[in-house]
Amino acid sequence: MSDNIIRLHYDIDADDFSSAGLASSGTKRMLNQLGFNPAIVKKVAISMYEAEINAVIHADGGCADVEITPEKIVVVISDKGPGIPDIEQAMQAGWSTATNEIREQGFGAGMGLPNMKRYTDDMKIETELGVGTKVTLIINVN
Amino acid sequence: MTVAEIARDLEMDVVSGAALTDRQIGGVYVGDLLSWVMSHAKDDDLWITVLTNLNTVAVAVLSNVACVVIPEGIEVEEATARKAETENVIILRSKMTAYEICIKVYEKLKNQNGYDRN
Repeated sequence: MSDNIIRLHYDIDADDFSSAGLASSGTKRMLNQLGFNPAIVKKVAISMYEAEINAVIHADGGCADVEITPEKIVVVISDKGPGIPDIEQAMQAGWSTATNEIREQGFGAGMGLPNMKRYTDDMKIETELGVGTKVTLIINVN
Repeated sequence: MTVAEIARDLEMDVVSGAALTDRQIGGVYVGDLLSWVMSHAKDDDLWITVLTNLNTVAVAVLSNVACVVIPEGIEVEEATARKAETENVIILRSKMTAYEICIKVYEKLKNQNGYDRN
């Protein structure tokens, strides 16, 4: 079954903060079409949306790569943003560097990374200051 | 209890998704922090929020709520209504406060279904 892989690629546009979510809603649609369990689809959609929003808010966008197999779904969100100086601090619920403008849009509660952790089976953050951040989200199907 | 029945009985405007309002409502969720809503709202909830930007539509889709209710007569942005229509999201608008909407919807769900949410 391992050669049965579907790959999706999305550019995450930073021009319009309000339109963020295209990659995660596109992925959600694809997973629904493929007949994945709704609980699995929800885990992917929510964790991916959080990562996508983060790329828009903090890094002027980036890209998303999704790998779908019958065993697991792997989402990689990469950006060329400023990087995360202190991952441990960033992972704390409630910690946020979001601006007021972003908070007015309903974000900036400091729940993005904690939500990603909560809705994935495995999560990896690779970040380098001034270079960018790559977040890998893994959701097991079974 | 369907979205259509709530909209009719509570005199709410249907801003988008008028053709989809036969969807059943399972419960109610209130919140404006989108990450919090995504992680706590349940499928088929009626979600009350004062946020009317495009992100509201995205979160409604991802959370699989039954509908979005904008309280206190807040205007819904044109772009949001359009996006909701294409994404099959029902948006209702009410003159009531979130608190009043909660009470009225609770009473309706309780009378119809013996609603008892844990």
